This record gives sequence, structure tokens and C-alpha cells, in this order.
Amino acid sequence: MSTAMLFEHSISNFGRYCLFMRKVFAIPNRWKVFGSRTIFEINKLGVDSIPLVIVISLFIGAVIAIQMQLNTTSPLIPSYSVGLATRDIVLLEFSNSILCLILAGKVGSNIASEIGTMRVTEQIDALDIMGVNSANFLVLPKVVGFIFFMPVLVAFCIATSLLGGYLVALFTDIITVSRYVYGIQAMFIEWYVWYGFIKSLFFAFVISSVASYCGYYVKGGALEVGKASTNAVVSSSILILLLDVVLTKLLLQ
Amino acid sequence: MIEVKNLTKSFDGKTILHGIDATFYSGKTNLIIGQSGSGKTVLLKSLVGLLRPEEGEILYDGRDLLKMSAEQTKKLREEIGMLFQGSALFDSETVLGNVMFPLTMFSDMSKAEIKERAQFCLERVNLKGADKKFPSEISGGMQKRVAIARAIALNPRYLFCDEPNSGLDPKTSILIDELLSDITHEYNITTIINTHDMNSVLGIGENIVFINKGYREWVGNKEKIFHADNEALNEFVFATDLFQKVKDYMIHTAHR
Repeated sequence: MSTAMLFEHSISNFGRYCLFMRKVFAIPNRWKVFGSRTIFEINKLGVDSIPLVIVISLFIGAVIAIQMQLNTTSPLIPSYSVGLATRDIVLLEFSNSILCLILAGKVGSNIASEIGTMRVTEQIDALDIMGVNSANFLVLPKVVGFIFFMPVLVAFCIATSLLGGYLVALFTDIITVSRYVYGIQAMFIEWYVWYGFIKSLFFAFVISSVASYCGYYVKGGALEVGKASTNAVVSSSILILLLDVVLTKLLLQ
Repeated sequence: MIEVKNLTKSFDGKTILHGIDATFYSGKTNLIIGQSGSGKTVLLKSLVGLLRPEEGEILYDGRDLLKMSAEQTKKLREEIGMLFQGSALFDSETVLGNVMFPLTMFSDMSKAEIKERAQFCLERVNLKGADKKFPSEISGGMQKRVAIARAIALNPRYLFCDEPNSGLDPKTSILIDELLSDITHEYNITTIINTHDMNSVLGIGENIVFINKGYREWVGNKEKIFHADNEALNEFVFATDLFQKVKDYMIHTAHR
């Protein structure tokens, strides 16, 4: 594909995405149905992701602590800096950007394949025929539910990552527990926590809306649903990284 | 009654429907027949508004679908029921949940009334006791019946069926045909069935529109179809040996 065609394709996709979002952000037909579907999506997309978040955060937190110790062997650097660096890496990048890249894989592919399958099995057509705004009915609860629950996942991620580092301190001799605990409290900047939460809300929107868009416009069969799922993960990952740069510039400088 | 006038639809410059004119009557089972690729599904999807034709009129009891506002189209859709080729049941809902869905979205009934109405519809399609099952747990024929129950839940004035017998054994196909015919007469619905199943044509074809290569070639009913003076229709009807033998037998008995 030539650069000009790629550019045209991207612009046309962006335009279609904007029109799709206009359909999604309409007033729901029935608020009660919207409420129950949002709770269902919070459970499916958010609560079901907690085990994955805990496992990944625990191990990555432990690895960060070990690597910090290995890379800060200079006598000029205080030993508590292991805890401090672990905390700041987790707060600034891991608990939001990296976590959302991981969730783009789990949640994004789930959303795209679910909506894509509904498209190829004519379930979306069935909704449209009934007079239901299918984009609004299917996608809005996912977007709202996932954005609503994302801060909880970030909080779990922060807590378990720091716990991972703590367990390293507890069960190995590379750093003492007291130095680690001192380090994670030293020179604490509250804004970093809010910065992480704010970024994660944007990323949650990107993951849920881009994956829904990829699934909603699937044409064909099972093969195309698979492709849509891959596209959803790739596109949302790239957008998360781009947005990460922009938000970091805006929020930290 | 639904009237179609001069309906033309193209995809990427290729014309699929060439100025179709047809009338579909209320209280009758109206069949759109034709070979695969003849434009039947495009016609049906244009009729329900899933595709927008370039030219023509689609009149629902005088109301032109193509000139309606978004709000008017939404209202009209509440009068439409549709049975899809693959049933299109919602996987995440039970059988009862599927039938309750349109009632929950569009009626002002209480939850108990909605449940009662959904159970009545399921009984009407002879599906008692399958309420709590999921679509994946029931057979293709049962799925079609659930889809019919869902389609009639809101007492539609117009019922569209896209190849309701595809993938079903002959016995179940006949049951589905009979059910659609009974419902049509019982509730005086304008039913439009898209099919290439000759059993359906001979069983319930009260008004038949034959489409060939995007043109409306012939209009008639099941009594007239064997005597039609149309080469393309004869090729379609007598494509299988069975119907050629039936025709030979009828000619033979008529001469005796």
C-alpha cells in the first residue's frame, strides 16, 4: 500500500470512527436496560481482569525491585532508592500505560471478537431491524463500564506491584524490608497517582471504543473476526503509546 | 400491504436490482423466489431498510420508507419482525430472554406481563419448556422457532423471513412453513419469505415473485407456477428431477 493510500485509508477510518462514536453516544432507549448492561460489562471487562492484573503486577513489581538493586550498586546511591524507583516506575508508567497495553490484548480482543461475531451472525442486523440503535446498545455500556472500573484496576496494580517488591525484600537479602518500606514512602509526589489515574481513563476509552469499532464493521466470516480482533489490539496499542507521549507532555511538564 | 415500485440497487457500479415492481399482500404468505445470486436477499434487505436503494419507492401501507425521517423509520421498525437465515438469536440470552428482548425495549408492560407474553409466543411456536436454555443448547429447527417467537412478540404488521428453511431437514422445514403460514393468517400479517425451496413454494406460496438476474420475471401463485410461460422460471422450478416427474405425471393424468 502506497503512503498516499495509507493516509487516505487512515483519514477515512478516522471519519468513520467519529460517525460511529456519534451513534454510540446517543441517549439510550431504556435507562434501566443500559444500567443493567453496564453492570454486566463492569463485571465482564473489569472484575474478570483483576486476577490477570494481580498476577502480572506482583511479578513485574518484584522484577523491578530486583533490577533496581542490580543497577544501583554505587555507594553514592542510598539503598532506599530501590523502593523509591520501584514506586515511581509503577506510578508513572507501569500501572497505567503498560497495564493498559496488556489489557488492550485481553479486553480489546474480547470486545472486538464478541461484536464481530454478532455482526457476522446477523445479531446486529436483528437489533437494527427492531429499531434499536445497535452501536449505542452494545458499545456504550462497554465504554462506560470499562472507564468506570479502570481506576480500580490501576489501584490494584499499584498495590500488588509494591507488594511484589516488598516480597522480594522479605524473602531475599538484596534489600532490607525497612529500607524498601522507607523508599516507597520517601519523596512521595501525590500528583503522580492522579497522573496515572487520569492517563488510564483515556486509555480505557481508547481500548473499548477502538475494539468496538473494529468489531462493529467486520464483513465476512470467522477469518475476518480474527483479523478484526488483531487489528483492535494493534490499533489500540499504537494509540495508547501515542497518547502516552501527549498526556505525559501535558500532565507532567 | 407493501408495494415496491421501480426499485434499483447497485454495488460498486454493478446493478443488482433492475427496477423491481412488486406488491406484497397482508394476510398472505408472499414468497420471493429465485436462484442463489439473483438478488433476493438484496431485495429483502432493501425492503427492511438495511440497504438503501438508489431509486424507487417502498410503500408500507402507503408510507414510503425511503422518504421517512429517522424517527418515523424507528417507529416503523417497531411494526416489523424479521427471521434471519441463521436465526440471529442473542447468544448471551436464554430462549426466554431472546423473546422478551423486543418487549423489554419497546413495550410499557410490567416485567410479569412481558414474561407472560414471551411464554405465550413460545407456546404459539410449540416451544414449551425450553425457556431457560441458551441458543447454543437447542437444535437449528428450535432456534428458528425461537426467532419466529421473537419476531411476533410485538404483534408485527410486517414479517420478513430470509430463507427460513435453510439448513433444516424436510420435515422440520414443512413445520416451519406451516407455522409461518398459520401466524400470517391468524394475525393478518404481511409476510414476505425469501426462499429457493420448492417445497415452500408449493406449500405456502399464495403470492410468488420470481427474481432472475436482478429483474422481476414473473408474479403468480403456487397453482400457476407449473403452467408458467417463462423459461427462466421453468428452469428454476424444474431444476430437480422430482418436479419434472411431477409435471410429466400431471400432463399424463390430464390427457387420460
